[in-house]
Amino acid sequence: MIPLTVEVTRRKSPSRWGMVIVPLLTVVLAVASAAVMFSAYGASPGAVLFGFFVEPLSSAYNLGEVAIKAGPLILIAQGLAIGFRAKVWNVGAEGQLIVGAVAATVVPVYLPDSDSALLLPAMIVLAAAAGMLWAAIAALLRTRFNASEIIVTLMLTEIARQLLYYAVMGPLRDPGGFSFPQSVPFQDAALFPTFGETRANVSILICVAATVSAWIFVTRSFAGFRLLIGGVSPDAARYAGFSQTQAVWVSLLLGGAAAGLAGVGEIAGPLGKLQPILTPGYGYAAIIVAFLGALNPIAIVLAGLFMAVIYVGGDNALATGQIPASAPAVLQSLLLVYYLACAFFVNNDIRVGFVRRVGAQA
Amino acid sequence: MSDALVFVLAGAFATATPLFLAALGELICERSGVFNLSVEGMMSIGAVVAFITVTHTGSHALGMAAGMLAATALSTVFALLTLRLLANQVVSGLAVGLLGLGISAMVGMPYEGAVTTPIQRLHVPILADVPIVGPILFSQDAVVYMSVVLGASAAWFLRRTRAGLTLRVVGENPRSAHSLGLRPTRVRFLAVLFGGAMAGLAGAYASTVLTPLWSQGMIAGRGWIAVALVVFATWRPTRLMVGAYFFGAVSLLDLAVQAIGLGIPSQLMACVPYVSTIAILAIVSSDIARIRLNAPMSLGESYSPAA
Amino acid sequence: MLMAHGLAELERGARSELPLLELVGVTKRYQGTTANDGIDLRISEGEIHAVLGENGAGKSTLMKLIFGVVRPDEGTIRWKGTDVSIRNPEHARSLGISMVFQHFTLFETVTVAENIALTVPGSVAEISNRIRQASIEFGLPIEPDALVHSLSIGERQRVEIIRCLLQNPELLILDEPTSVLPPPSVEQLFKTLRALSERGISILYISHKLEEIRSLCHSATILRQGRVTGTVVPAAKTAGELARLMIGKDLPRTKHPPAKAGGAVRLRVDRLSTTDPDPFAVNLDDVSLEVRSGEILGIAGVSGNGQSLLMKLLSGERTLPASRRDAVEMMGESIGHLHAAERRNKGLAFVPEERLGRGAAPSLSLSDNAFLTGHRRGMVGMGLVRNAKRDSFTDACISDLDVRCSGRVAPAASLSGGNLQKFIVGREIYTSPKVLVVSQPTWGIDVNAAAMVRQRLIDLREDGVAILVVSEELEELFEISDRLAVMSKGRLSQAMDGRSVDAEIVGRMMMGMFDQRPQDTHR
Repeated sequence: MIPLTVEVTRRKSPSRWGMVIVPLLTVVLAVASAAVMFSAYGASPGAVLFGFFVEPLSSAYNLGEVAIKAGPLILIAQGLAIGFRAKVWNVGAEGQLIVGAVAATVVPVYLPDSDSALLLPAMIVLAAAAGMLWAAIAALLRTRFNASEIIVTLMLTEIARQLLYYAVMGPLRDPGGFSFPQSVPFQDAALFPTFGETRANVSILICVAATVSAWIFVTRSFAGFRLLIGGVSPDAARYAGFSQTQAVWVSLLLGGAAAGLAGVGEIAGPLGKLQPILTPGYGYAAIIVAFLGALNPIAIVLAGLFMAVIYVGGDNALATGQIPASAPAVLQSLLLVYYLACAFFVNNDIRVGFVRRVGAQA
Repeated sequence: MSDALVFVLAGAFATATPLFLAALGELICERSGVFNLSVEGMMSIGAVVAFITVTHTGSHALGMAAGMLAATALSTVFALLTLRLLANQVVSGLAVGLLGLGISAMVGMPYEGAVTTPIQRLHVPILADVPIVGPILFSQDAVVYMSVVLGASAAWFLRRTRAGLTLRVVGENPRSAHSLGLRPTRVRFLAVLFGGAMAGLAGAYASTVLTPLWSQGMIAGRGWIAVALVVFATWRPTRLMVGAYFFGAVSLLDLAVQAIGLGIPSQLMACVPYVSTIAILAIVSSDIARIRLNAPMSLGESYSPAA
Repeated sequence: MLMAHGLAELERGARSELPLLELVGVTKRYQGTTANDGIDLRISEGEIHAVLGENGAGKSTLMKLIFGVVRPDEGTIRWKGTDVSIRNPEHARSLGISMVFQHFTLFETVTVAENIALTVPGSVAEISNRIRQASIEFGLPIEPDALVHSLSIGERQRVEIIRCLLQNPELLILDEPTSVLPPPSVEQLFKTLRALSERGISILYISHKLEEIRSLCHSATILRQGRVTGTVVPAAKTAGELARLMIGKDLPRTKHPPAKAGGAVRLRVDRLSTTDPDPFAVNLDDVSLEVRSGEILGIAGVSGNGQSLLMKLLSGERTLPASRRDAVEMMGESIGHLHAAERRNKGLAFVPEERLGRGAAPSLSLSDNAFLTGHRRGMVGMGLVRNAKRDSFTDACISDLDVRCSGRVAPAASLSGGNLQKFIVGREIYTSPKVLVVSQPTWGIDVNAAAMVRQRLIDLREDGVAILVVSEELEELFEISDRLAVMSKGRLSQAMDGRSVDAEIVGRMMMGMFDQRPQDTHR
């Protein structure tokens, strides 16, 4: 027996010191894991770590790539975090993103010759509406039938994926595309303008606007307070008369809108068309971003940038052929696992002491 | 026509088996009060590890053992997060699930698209030759029969044994259980590990028996359906069996429809399991009184004896 | 007679040379506070020994130390003359120590026999037989195959006691056992306890009720703020002497002038019945009541008889279908179908029995918790929170009710029960309600805070507010009610005059015997 006692007591408020240490420790652990993982693949850890975490920040082009990936991650995460604070578990952002993208594609496919300035705004509105509609199914089933939004949003994601396959093979397929399952390339009027030499585009402004709105909503608004109470203390919310039904609807609709907007950002941005694979799983990665950012709108931006760096670094490393394509996904989920583990030390007082014998053993 | 029906019903048992095994593990886990959302990831890990093992050793038994072991290892991470470090169960389940999916894709990359040999079916003498009933009930593989035995054992375990009673009361109120001198954290830990082992077995069966091939994403939401099945079964193993076989039959409709030659888009048929999961979940969940009576009361709540 | 009985018992206890259990200088500290400070305690074989103290005096910590739930920081525990370190409840049980908790540890979804099988060896069938025997032997009727959720609170206590007895304990600890019993059942419990004492079983009886201890216990150890302030023979002391040892002064009394007659009816419940299919719920059966402006209506009864459902239906945490909205009326308007926020907009305020997690969100600051229901007082503008208004409201609640805390940023969970209750009562009063509903106003809080809360309620009544108070503490209701009704098994008696009512009649009514009720003075 180890002569140590470990006494753990739940802290009444999180330790401030820990709120800085935990993200740092999480990142250090993740980087260390990456080094171990990559050396197992025979790559030189130093070179791969450089490629993963430094190279993405080394040129304007690479920074643009980081922005392209961070944009949708942060945007979706801001939407999801509002729901997560209310303990409404929308885990189907991937599906809402897909549906948003499909809906927006209808505009350039059916108006291929239009160069109207309203084309892009119409696509944006359609995508947000479609994302909300998809999430609304889950909200309706949760509030009317008490069905878990976790399962429903996940199932809806699988259905959305089938819908996308159907769209790119059927009604939205490019007839001149040599039977590739994809839409026609969008005309310029249906694309977000890019910044200089990079591929980054003005859809990033949507992300900035979402972040500012989320910050105001969370820190200052009465509606944000009502959602928060529903999350931290459901009985207190019921006591005060804050409607749980409303919380579910608001959470899912905001999350769905954000994901739908991220969807149009992809097809009217770097992709320029609808295709069977739209994202490397932004809808799921955004869940990680939201929690890594402690559901705080500002911290989410930092978390989103870091996750984007991993994506870009992963692409770079993949190009040099050293590590498998799924390495970034593993690294990202490890980040969340480490974060959850480290958070324990913020929320608890841990005191380790030597066992003192009180009286003799009976 | 009747051939098609026999085909669907006979196939339903095999198709249902991974769903049933994974859901049974989740059921036991939830009865202890732990909501483990990482089933999809654990099944994937089980599937890839079993596939690699079978490819290299040719032994299905070894493959299943390896798959169970790998998924149990992953469930240990979940158990440590939620039971020792008191992390939120939903978030931890998602995190560990995503980790499992990522690792399985990474480990399985060299085997992407490869196939392996299926196992032999057991033909029960005489009975297997009875028309219609024979091929449906008495010409299945060993794991199908084993899963039925496992389901019955789980029902007996929960209902009749002291350990089952302990599991149930920990799921109702871990705090009271602790004050009686029971060990809620240990009970929950074991339940999570059992859930992991079952998910691993389910994944192994999926990748080495049901469709003996590996491809990333081959679990295709079956882990999530398993979680929904537990609600459908209102946390009872016997009802779970019914639900799983129903879903087995539903997911074969696709093949049956193609065999008959109706012109329905395949994407629409692929949605059938997901749509029926949503529909059934909504119907069962809307009976709030029944859910409250059957759901483990502490489901999803963190518990630490120190607090 | 009782006194002689007690003294004889004490002599018998003193004759045995060795105490069964002895605590010497036992100290337990929690983050910054000393819950038990150098406690000395001796119990002999067959002795009924009281631990007397008000809420927060350190009684429950002491019991946890003896039952092995927590370990002492200093001091010695001796069991039959040998020093022991009690590792956990299992270890305590193996020594021969059993405990009946105040908040029961029974599981609702399994049967009585299965509950007991968790801690007593033997098959469920064997245990069922032993339960039947024991229930006859000790006068504790109980059906082993019944599911616990179908039992009343009193029946559950019997199950807890039988579970302890089947473990053949030498020391039985009971934590506030009479708080869940109607007065007539208390005497039955005492009979059982005296019978156990005759058989040589020692009993540690934790309570803050002076009269009970005087009639039952051979000796008493009195705690105040974690320290022993006296070890006495309670029958030889007056209640006033015991109270002074317990709180260091006389029990505070509230000033309670008679209510002004003839106020308008502000809250009316008319033939309210529920049919909740939830097997864990007690349904309401034809409940009617009226509360007038400027009066306090008290509802007595043992918890678990439908009070919590009635409270939810009054507060709006549960609503009625629109077709039955007339069953609850406020200021002459039907409100049965309205949600909590809508009812609050019309002038309702409510103090729930659970302070932490219902009346206040534990992890949030006092400002946020003040905002929870106080936001109606101009704290929201254009959808945004007005922090300055919120903070001044919070500060007013804190200073006016003398809430001890580290300021308005302190999380609700950091306050003691009494201070949090004062804060919540203050917040609800400051919303200027027309009707105030209060559930268990002084549960688990110290006497000074309790006295302050009661006085505030009476003061509010003087301002014309209609007040409904539900409480388990009969003494409290006699102290503050103008009229008093009794709740039992989902039914509510007619209201009686609060000053002239006979305690014995109320006790019988708490057991469901409504037939001897006198005529309601108001109707």
